[in-house]
Amino acid sequence: MPADPVVEAAPQERRRWLSVLAKARPGELAEAWDGLGEHPAYTALRAPELGLMLVRGRMGGGGDAFNLGEMTLTRSAVRLESGETGVAYVAGRDRRHAEIAAAVDAMMQSPALRPQVEGAIVARLARAQAERRETAARKAAATRVDFFTMVRTRGPA
Amino acid sequence: MSAVLDLTKVRPAFADPMRDSQSVFRKVMEAVARPGTIADVGFAAEPPEGLDPAAAAVALTLFDFETPVWLDPALKGAETETWMRFHCGCPLTVDPAKAAFAVASAAAAPPLSAFDQGDAKYPDRSTTLVLQISALDGGTPVVLTGPGVNGQITVAPSGLPDGFWDQFETNSAQFQFGVDVLLVAGQALMGLPRSARAKIKEG
Repeated sequence: MPADPVVEAAPQERRRWLSVLAKARPGELAEAWDGLGEHPAYTALRAPELGLMLVRGRMGGGGDAFNLGEMTLTRSAVRLESGETGVAYVAGRDRRHAEIAAAVDAMMQSPALRPQVEGAIVARLARAQAERRETAARKAAATRVDFFTMVRTRGPA
Repeated sequence: MSAVLDLTKVRPAFADPMRDSQSVFRKVMEAVARPGTIADVGFAAEPPEGLDPAAAAVALTLFDFETPVWLDPALKGAETETWMRFHCGCPLTVDPAKAAFAVASAAAAPPLSAFDQGDAKYPDRSTTLVLQISALDGGTPVVLTGPGVNGQITVAPSGLPDGFWDQFETNSAQFQFGVDVLLVAGQALMGLPRSARAKIKEG
């Protein structure tokens, strides 16, 4: 199989940005994308399509896998004119979300286009997500109750 | 089979998957219902190398995760395999006797008896062979009779595998068992279901 330079070099990194794109709020992603100025031309390899995916779970590390339920999923794949192929699987039914995420994935794989999207989209969305997570963690921390147990010493009764 | 698909060369499929596949489905259904008639599937996109547009359209319409597909050695491991796994999501099998569908070129096609002939409970589960040939006319004239044919019809596909009509005769003789064949050439498609009886035209 011919090596794809970026994907070969850093599958972990691609995993990271695909995760950021998939977890982004559709509105946020669309806004960042629209603010990009010029967009490279791409063709849809797989037009955004909706489907159901079975989510499986496992209790602890040793439990048997069970079917948790189904969730809606939208997937898409696009090819840039320069040849990079981007894919996206996102939760929900937002077709535009999937299409933009796939296009950004393709751009991130191209050394020439990467600077355009890395800061303006991927880093920005990652920051927004980190902030949301942190706010949620802070709100939760404020309600924290420390339980403690009085240790009864065993003494003469 | 590799776990990771190399998508760098996969070509696009139907522009409008729902309507296009409905249209092709209708044409395949008509072709099988009326053996010997030639249908134009009108597949607009560029198929992967080695695959006829009509065969590609049939694949996109009928193949899915429930249908094991057998590809002839020339198509397997090439662009077609990646394309089919990406767009159809179908499992591929190396055993023609386990295939729900098979795609083969005339040069590399095994005999019809190599495929799944169906079983007594479910004769419909036999293999459907998509056979790529050079043209649907210009070959040896053959007279078809049977259900869906008004009296008889003469067809003359060219570039068939050697001994194809003898195999087809044996295939029809064991009805209800047997494979169904879709002959494809370019955009054109002709159905040869197992219920059709073929006889080489004399004189």
